[in-house]
Amino acid sequence: MYLKGRVWLFGDNVDTDAIIAARYLSIVDPRELARHLMEDIKPDFYEKVRPGDILVAGSNFGCGSSREHAPLAIKGSGISCVVARSFARIFYRNSINIGLPILECPDDLSTLRPGEDQLQVNLDRGLITHLQSGREYQAAPFPPFMQEIISCGGLVEYVKTRLACDG
Amino acid sequence: MVEKILASRAGKIKVVPGDLVNVPVDLALGNDITAPVAIKEFKRFGLGRVFDPEKIVLVPDHFTPNKDIAAAEQALLLRRFAEDYEIKHYYEVGRMGIEHALLPEQGLVRPGDVIIGADSHTCTYGALGAFATGVGSTDLAAAMAIGEAWFKVPPTLRFEYKGSLPKWVSGKDLILYTIGRIGVDGARYRAIEFAGAAIEQLSMDGRLTMANMAIEAGGKCGYVQPDKVTFDYLEGRVNKPYTAVYSDHDASYEQILGFDVSNLEPQVAFPPSPDNVRPVSEAAGIKLNQVVIGSCTNGRIEDLRTAASVMKGKKVNPGVRLLVIPATQQIYRQALEEGLLTVFIDAEAAVSTPTCGPCLGGHMGILAKGEKALATTNRNFIGRMGHPESEVYLSGPAVAAASAIAGTIVHPEEVI
Repeated sequence: MYLKGRVWLFGDNVDTDAIIAARYLSIVDPRELARHLMEDIKPDFYEKVRPGDILVAGSNFGCGSSREHAPLAIKGSGISCVVARSFARIFYRNSINIGLPILECPDDLSTLRPGEDQLQVNLDRGLITHLQSGREYQAAPFPPFMQEIISCGGLVEYVKTRLACDG
Repeated sequence: MVEKILASRAGKIKVVPGDLVNVPVDLALGNDITAPVAIKEFKRFGLGRVFDPEKIVLVPDHFTPNKDIAAAEQALLLRRFAEDYEIKHYYEVGRMGIEHALLPEQGLVRPGDVIIGADSHTCTYGALGAFATGVGSTDLAAAMAIGEAWFKVPPTLRFEYKGSLPKWVSGKDLILYTIGRIGVDGARYRAIEFAGAAIEQLSMDGRLTMANMAIEAGGKCGYVQPDKVTFDYLEGRVNKPYTAVYSDHDASYEQILGFDVSNLEPQVAFPPSPDNVRPVSEAAGIKLNQVVIGSCTNGRIEDLRTAASVMKGKKVNPGVRLLVIPATQQIYRQALEEGLLTVFIDAEAAVSTPTCGPCLGGHMGILAKGEKALATTNRNFIGRMGHPESEVYLSGPAVAAASAIAGTIVHPEEVI
């Protein structure tokens, strides 16, 4: 599966309060949540994002609270994929569970030009290509168990399949 | 200890860090923010029942007592679900408490248990020797349906605290100091074993505070091995049998770190990160608009006793609003009976019913642009307690109480 979009850059330790502030946690609809994505740290961010865009961040992305509203807001904005040096564990889990593609890539992508540079992501292989230069970056592959959840379309579908088998 | 708990639950002789295991959970927890999303996902399963109505805990604590119509709708969803699915442990306003203070108090947490909660501070229960970790709403939905959760077995870090705690230094100071040393991702994906002489001397309330903030270092869980303090706490609370699990003498740790705490000063985390930690002397003079004493981190009876001992007979600085929030109804009553609430009210503090409220900028004490707060809570990210240009400092209850009196951040000795 290929994803393609413009790059948006964020630094290290972006917390879930920054991704979606607590005052919006009564909202459940991802598209409504997306209107407030990164509002406190980049107030105009939602206006800039176009469907397919790729969010690139440093280490420990999504640290802090367990709010699933954070990956839901990212998904709702149309962002197709998050690439970070590392993820906080609950955010990582939540993203897999709701079917938001995320990749851990050790390479430094912080010199890319936000809103201009374009990346193509081959999700199956974890291969990230910088479209303007053709340069390639290799992300860590998912363990098979997680691949299974992803290929089912998220944890709910995965559990449904299991429940059906258990009959 | 974590490897042993997960291995036995997964029906294996041994697991090692990195293994993926599916294990049955003893409790699955949700609140008024995370459970509505979980309920929406749960309904997609099309089941007429949950896996076990006695093993699900629902606590409306974040935006309750309902802060607005949207919060009221969320709380209603939770209440209806609890009724429809006959959830045994649903705690209504007036009978509730902040979840991570409430569950141990009510005897729902046992050593050796596997507990997941759709709240990052679920790691609190490690203080009782349980394996407990925060997950998201979809994980909660799946656990409510099948009673299981998947885990990657984490490597374990052992932190040994040597020496004895100086006066005014609490579990909060130890954990802030630790996070300051290792950083907000210093224990990412790891289990943290808290050990050493200072931990052995630490009360259960202090241990709960430390385990609570394991997540602030990125930890999957933080725990203390069960000992006399644990069993004394459990006595009279837990009536179901349990098996305490201990680390083997030759257990393998990814890293062992030692901290000598004999000369430790009370600690303060500066905005905007819980790892931006300095001794209180370096925070002296910072002018405050609000002080909050409460939360799942520091709203327990020992915290209130400490605060009252500092504040007795004194008045809150006229420039400061002090909010005291006992974490559960039982703690509230105990504080009332011990005369602590009189101390706070005489000092001109606002005392609130249990709620997470201000900790996450929900309600009950939101900051305006440019305001500064000192709180005994757990996070001080940008905009955490209100306006994105407000600031939150974190400390233990002694420094918080003293600073409310002084109007600026001070060492407790300065107001005694």
